[in-house]
Amino acid sequence: MQKNIRGKVYVLGNDIDTDQIIPAQYLTYNPANPEERKMFGKFALAGIPEGHQGLPQGNIPFVREGQMQSEYKIIVAGKNFGCGSSREHAPLAIREAGVEVIIAEFYARIFFRNSVNGGYLIPYESQEHLAKIFNTGEEAEVHIGQNRLINHTTGKSYALKSLGEILPILEAGDVFQYAKKNGIIS
Amino acid sequence: MAMTLTEKILARHAGKSKVEPGENVWVHVDVLMTHDVCGPGTIGIFKKHFGAGAKVWDSKKVIVIPDHYIFTADEKAHRNIDILRDFVEEQHLPNYYDVGTAKYKGVCHIALAEEGHTRPGEILLGTDSHTCTAGAFGEFATGIGNTDAGFVLGTGKIWLKVPPTMRFVFEGKLPNYLMAKDLILSVIGEIGVDGATYKAMEFSGDGVHSLNIEERMTLTNMVIEAGGKNGVIAPDEVTLDYVKQKTSVPFEIVENDPGAKFCYEKVFDVRKLEPVVAKPHSPDNKASVREVKGTKLDRAYIGSCTGGKMTDFVAAAQIMKGHSVHIDTFVVPATTEIARKLDEVKIGGKSLSAIFKESGAVIGPASCGACLGGPLDTLGRLNKSEVCISTTNRNFPGRMGSKTAQVYLASPLTVAASAISGTISDPRDFV
Repeated sequence: MQKNIRGKVYVLGNDIDTDQIIPAQYLTYNPANPEERKMFGKFALAGIPEGHQGLPQGNIPFVREGQMQSEYKIIVAGKNFGCGSSREHAPLAIREAGVEVIIAEFYARIFFRNSVNGGYLIPYESQEHLAKIFNTGEEAEVHIGQNRLINHTTGKSYALKSLGEILPILEAGDVFQYAKKNGIIS
Repeated sequence: MAMTLTEKILARHAGKSKVEPGENVWVHVDVLMTHDVCGPGTIGIFKKHFGAGAKVWDSKKVIVIPDHYIFTADEKAHRNIDILRDFVEEQHLPNYYDVGTAKYKGVCHIALAEEGHTRPGEILLGTDSHTCTAGAFGEFATGIGNTDAGFVLGTGKIWLKVPPTMRFVFEGKLPNYLMAKDLILSVIGEIGVDGATYKAMEFSGDGVHSLNIEERMTLTNMVIEAGGKNGVIAPDEVTLDYVKQKTSVPFEIVENDPGAKFCYEKVFDVRKLEPVVAKPHSPDNKASVREVKGTKLDRAYIGSCTGGKMTDFVAAAQIMKGHSVHIDTFVVPATTEIARKLDEVKIGGKSLSAIFKESGAVIGPASCGACLGGPLDTLGRLNKSEVCISTTNRNFPGRMGSKTAQVYLASPLTVAASAISGTISDPRDFV
């Protein structure tokens, strides 16, 4: 998989659970309806307490008032990202907001599966505590093929953990296309 | 090679003689459950990939239980139940528990058990993270997303990574001031909200096997709060008595092989444990009730899949009987069957519902209620900066509504004692 994703970084802390990613009051929108699906982008990360929105400073909204998408393209977070419920609306909301790649220390299991099997996000794991190193708003670039994250604001570069066994599913697009490719479904 | 209960179930369903932790396997699914929040998305994915006229892999194995957003004026919530209803009709699904009918149940995880859909040795998947509750019956049960569920609907199969198993042994019978909620909050406090990520959590010891099936479900319900993939308790007489009362579907009991390997083992002496809470804003933010005693509260909530079962209400009623609550207190039975029993089961000649009503508590209709906040008009939802003590399972920011609210998780005994005091109170002062 050869792809570069460049844009502004949004930084979050540890244990960002699915209620913070997409609060339960918005789960009445049906993701199968194209118009309603867009609403998940508008409300992505709406449950993060203000002081934790866009670290280290805080009080930086992920999606500006009145907007449907975020100005940030890459999320850098701490450990256990996506813990909590099984709602697939969580990775879907982040993708609808315009983010394709997340770099966290590690993920909660169901969020990780949903991100990959649904083809919403590339969930990279970092080798260092990047959430403590990056500042919200810095310009960065992820080189998917090389498993590398470059901070263009500081000029520093960081190796990411290999995507390993999920790479074939990400390359296929989602678990359905992967299963078709491998003769599991016709 | 010796395998754990979890490994054996996965091996059997993958058609293999053995599997090892870390291995990815394709397994056959016995039961798939979905509800009103994730059903519409799952149905959309199923139709997109298998075609508008596609049929589910096995109509008897798909269980549809609306439970989340039922008692609300939110039109989209009702529209989502219509989507479930249309799909059930189109697919001729016999196991649908429709809103507004005598079949309506309430919270899916308890409804699955009451209706005989939880059976030892099987694989049960559901579009809800607390699907792990069913591990109390000695089966493999875990939560999945819409895409995985859409895939299962069409194929009856899923790929799973075999988890290593952590074992938690509770020695000694629980004293009358402790409940399963104290045990699981102690475990989560010990290992953290990511302490069991990708792992199975097995509960054993006489402290666990002396619990009734409802209390066992409280343990397995909350393994997801430690990041666990599944929780499991080996089946025994208590399990079999319950399951055989509920279903005639045959099942095969699976147990740990002698010499099965566990990646972690921790033994708790139950007699040394104390009533505990999880402080805001994380289920692993453990404190003993003694440490937080006197904390001022605005609300108490007794309900949900983990804290809205008969055992929970009997425990709460024993403390609340003859007392008035000092703060807004909500009692929300998980299912309609439990709601009926609140009227039937008596303590000292008084029904539980009479005890709760006389204490000043509000009894809500069977559903997920305010456990996850939900639409703004949900009964008991925390709409401002209230401080609440709750028998539910999660207290991350905003879980029960407003992100400025604070939620303490505790056992029904501790919540009941706190409701009548208005501050966090120790059940040992009441039982």
